[in-house]
Amino acid sequence: MDIENLVKMANSIGDFFSAEPDRELGVAGITQHLKNFWEQRMQLAIIRHYEAGGEGLSDLVKTAVGQLAKAHSPQR
Amino acid sequence: MAVRDCDYGTPLSDSTQTVSLEIDGFKVTVPEGTSILRAAATAGIQIPKLCATDSLDPFGSCRLCLVQVEGARGLPASCTTPVGEGMKVCTQNDRLAAVRKGVMELYISDHPLDCLTCSANGNCELQDMAGAVGLREVRYGYEGENHLNAEKDVSNPYFQFDPSKCIVCSRCVRACEEVQGTFALTIDGRGFDSKVSPSQNESFMDSECVSCGACVQACPTATLIEKSVVEKGQPEHSVVTTCAYCGVGCSFKAEMKGAEVVRMVPNKDGHANHGHSCVKGRFAFGYATHKDRITKPMIRQKITDPWQEVSWDEAIEYAASEFKRIQAKYGRSSVGGLTSSRCTNEEAYVVQKLVRAAFGNNNVDTCARVCHSPTGYGLKQTLGESAGTQTFDSIRKTDVILVIGANPTDGHPVFGSAMKRRIREGARLIVADPRQIDLVKSVHVKADYHLKLRPGTNVALINALSHVIVTEGLVNEAFALERCELASFEKWKTFVADERHSPEALEDVTGVEARLVREAARLYATGGNAAIYYGLGVTEHSQGSTAVIGIANLAMATANVGREGVGVNPLRGQNNVQGSCDMGSFPHELPGYRHVSDATTRSLFESVWGVTLDAEPGLRIPNMFSAAMDGSFMGLYCEGEDIAQSDPDIQHVHAALRAMECVVVQDLFLNETAKFAHVFLPGASFLEKSGTFTNAERRISPVRRVMTPLAGYEDWEVTQLLSNALGYPMDYQHASEIMDEIASLVPTFTGVSFKKLDELGSVQWPCNNEAPLGTPTMHVGTFVRGKGRFLLTEYVPTPERTSSRYPLILTTGRILSQYNVGAQTRRTQNSLWHSEDRLEIHPHDAEDRGINGGDWVGIKSRAGETVLRATLTERVQPGVVYTTFHFPESGANVITTDTSDWATNCPEYKVTAVQVTKVTSPSEWQQDYREFSEEQQNLLEHRLAAVD
Repeated sequence: MDIENLVKMANSIGDFFSAEPDRELGVAGITQHLKNFWEQRMQLAIIRHYEAGGEGLSDLVKTAVGQLAKAHSPQR
Repeated sequence: MAVRDCDYGTPLSDSTQTVSLEIDGFKVTVPEGTSILRAAATAGIQIPKLCATDSLDPFGSCRLCLVQVEGARGLPASCTTPVGEGMKVCTQNDRLAAVRKGVMELYISDHPLDCLTCSANGNCELQDMAGAVGLREVRYGYEGENHLNAEKDVSNPYFQFDPSKCIVCSRCVRACEEVQGTFALTIDGRGFDSKVSPSQNESFMDSECVSCGACVQACPTATLIEKSVVEKGQPEHSVVTTCAYCGVGCSFKAEMKGAEVVRMVPNKDGHANHGHSCVKGRFAFGYATHKDRITKPMIRQKITDPWQEVSWDEAIEYAASEFKRIQAKYGRSSVGGLTSSRCTNEEAYVVQKLVRAAFGNNNVDTCARVCHSPTGYGLKQTLGESAGTQTFDSIRKTDVILVIGANPTDGHPVFGSAMKRRIREGARLIVADPRQIDLVKSVHVKADYHLKLRPGTNVALINALSHVIVTEGLVNEAFALERCELASFEKWKTFVADERHSPEALEDVTGVEARLVREAARLYATGGNAAIYYGLGVTEHSQGSTAVIGIANLAMATANVGREGVGVNPLRGQNNVQGSCDMGSFPHELPGYRHVSDATTRSLFESVWGVTLDAEPGLRIPNMFSAAMDGSFMGLYCEGEDIAQSDPDIQHVHAALRAMECVVVQDLFLNETAKFAHVFLPGASFLEKSGTFTNAERRISPVRRVMTPLAGYEDWEVTQLLSNALGYPMDYQHASEIMDEIASLVPTFTGVSFKKLDELGSVQWPCNNEAPLGTPTMHVGTFVRGKGRFLLTEYVPTPERTSSRYPLILTTGRILSQYNVGAQTRRTQNSLWHSEDRLEIHPHDAEDRGINGGDWVGIKSRAGETVLRATLTERVQPGVVYTTFHFPESGANVITTDTSDWATNCPEYKVTAVQVTKVTSPSEWQQDYREFSEEQQNLLEHRLAAVD
């Protein structure tokens, strides 16, 4: 999967949830959105990118992808 | 079914009070306000009439429906005289007979006596009335001055106008005014010189006529008549079915001679259209029997190979073996399927079932991805259901109409007419659109406010409207506190009250004067029943879902949801967008909008389908393309969708299709996607199959087979064959059995069956034990999700910015006569109105570039370049250009980019930064496309015949 495109998509999800004043809720919203709507290979690709430093990901999205990585860890 | 309907003469009164009277000695009880003419008809008493018909208000001009009322003076016209309590009416006596005969003598003295060769013979009200009044002679003779040599107007491709047969009853003029709202016809001249005139005595084709057919429908003689009837004669039976064009879902009678459709006539009992139609549904059905239809299955190994016609068995076996091979090589998730909004619910259901049960993954998506997927997301998150809240008829009780990013008179013409009627009755209108659409200003319609925003700033505008409503105390606190989540409501109020969302602060962003925003917000919040209608101008943006959420917030904050006359109304583009979404066509949802991760729902489907289902969401269409480019998605089953024309950044789409090892296309024609296919499975048109469509108001309507499928199978049968070949058995004998299975699995469909649709005509879901007759208005008393949820809608500018290289914004849209990718309408005479896509450009922008109307111009974006001819118009604002996408060679989607909605990946068709320059030759892409297309057409024409 084109990681540049996935980063762009993840950040745009982050833009929506960044309006949430409670940062934790915002992060949870992003993580849940990725779980609900991203196919496995997309989720794994963004996790791999995060684990490699997450270049280009906004701070909020990095945190959310980190949560996603934790949720995935038992399966990986 | 009989061809001719009973005509009650005047419209039904909606009064709940009744009146009893006596007609010809029979007691009749009817609603107050009913005409004597209609009251008589309900009792089976036919009063002669000519200028009256039940789709139009009474006119009282023909003097044929006169009656005698005891105690009243003279002979009143029964069409214009309402019933009265205790009234005693006589419809037949010598005096009335003499008057009526005299009237008919005058009519016939100036009418051709060619009944035997007249195209209306057997279906002519004038002929019927001559018989009814017993006309035997015309004392005036036929030699006097007359109109018998008046010239026929055959300019319209679908109907003709023969003024020699006109009785000047004004039914056509009134239909154009009252039903269609175009006011293209008038009665020109006075007395003997009176004649029906399109516009200023122009031909129909050159006039403002939009060819909706209302005048033809209303004409009692052969004056205005379909050319197909002139050519083929009167139909002998009819079948009620549902139009396969836009999301209005009009009910039609397919009027037939044997297995041939003579004409499509709007069904006056149709719940969505009430007897009205547009040029597409009424006339543009010829594609169904067009010579381009492919009726034999074809296969080929490579897209550079010639096609080989094969038997159905061979084609299905080849497709199945290819999918199995690909899955064995690349993994279970390497294949997927697409359902189509142009197909029936039953077809969408079996395609997604095939993907989930036979392919074993959730890689299914649908063309709603590229139109209304943000509606599904946004309304589910806020109101709890991925659907519009109202009926179309709800607009009859609307006081303020807010249209955002929709062009109903072009995209949803029959509903557009209903909307215009309500506006003529006094409803106020706010239009938010970058272009001056017809609703902004047309005959007898003028928007109170046109918020001419910059493309891409919907969310900013909605926030500004919300800001005014909150800060000026216009919120309906009682409703919001009772019906919505308190915490979300309070948070939202704080958010939108921030000064950065004020109309003044956002004026430079939206380009809309703050004063107009404030006044429009006040009108929406305080003007009575306010309803929002929106379209793809809302959804096809990087913030499409945010805008839908913002619209729902507005409706909840002002208590404009949960009753008639109000609501949130997405105008769906294609006929079955709502239905294809309902049927589980999205990769994250099973039928009925339940997430695939929900174990309870999965186990329900698993028990009926007999397979284990994947609990993870699958790939969306654009994700499939990305996966194809990286080699992990190699096989696609595409039914009824043309992704190679309709999807954005088309060069990327084409590259992805070329990268796949097996593309199976099931369609009527060798469409653009089929040019990249390895297997072609012939599809069936809506006239050749049974099933249901669900329109924009959640109305499930029957699609009935009126002719045998040209290729032998209905589409669901083809999917079933493929599923069986893949090893997952399906054994439906009829589409109704598929609906029975849907009803057993989807809580909002448990009361739906073909039998019920036969009884009711149509039904709006939810239709179940709680609502056995369906649900016209949603969220009454409580929201589907319980409490309504406000969400925060921060405006985030699109990444697609203008620059010195790309200084203009391109936005795209539709036109009345063409439909979507044009595969259907381009194969009809509708192309006489729109034979090419053009670029609309403001005269100032054109002048800066030395462009004149009709010049070829290059339109270049960051994604690609194409060339179109320019039309100079002030409908677009300076800085904005506009085009349609109905012709593949136009390459509108060569220019559009891969930017998409954050939540759903719905493409941002509506905002592309471009430069426009005068050019002299087609773009490089167009030249390549032409070469490729000709090559593919050649491979089709030289296809190898099947060996028997």
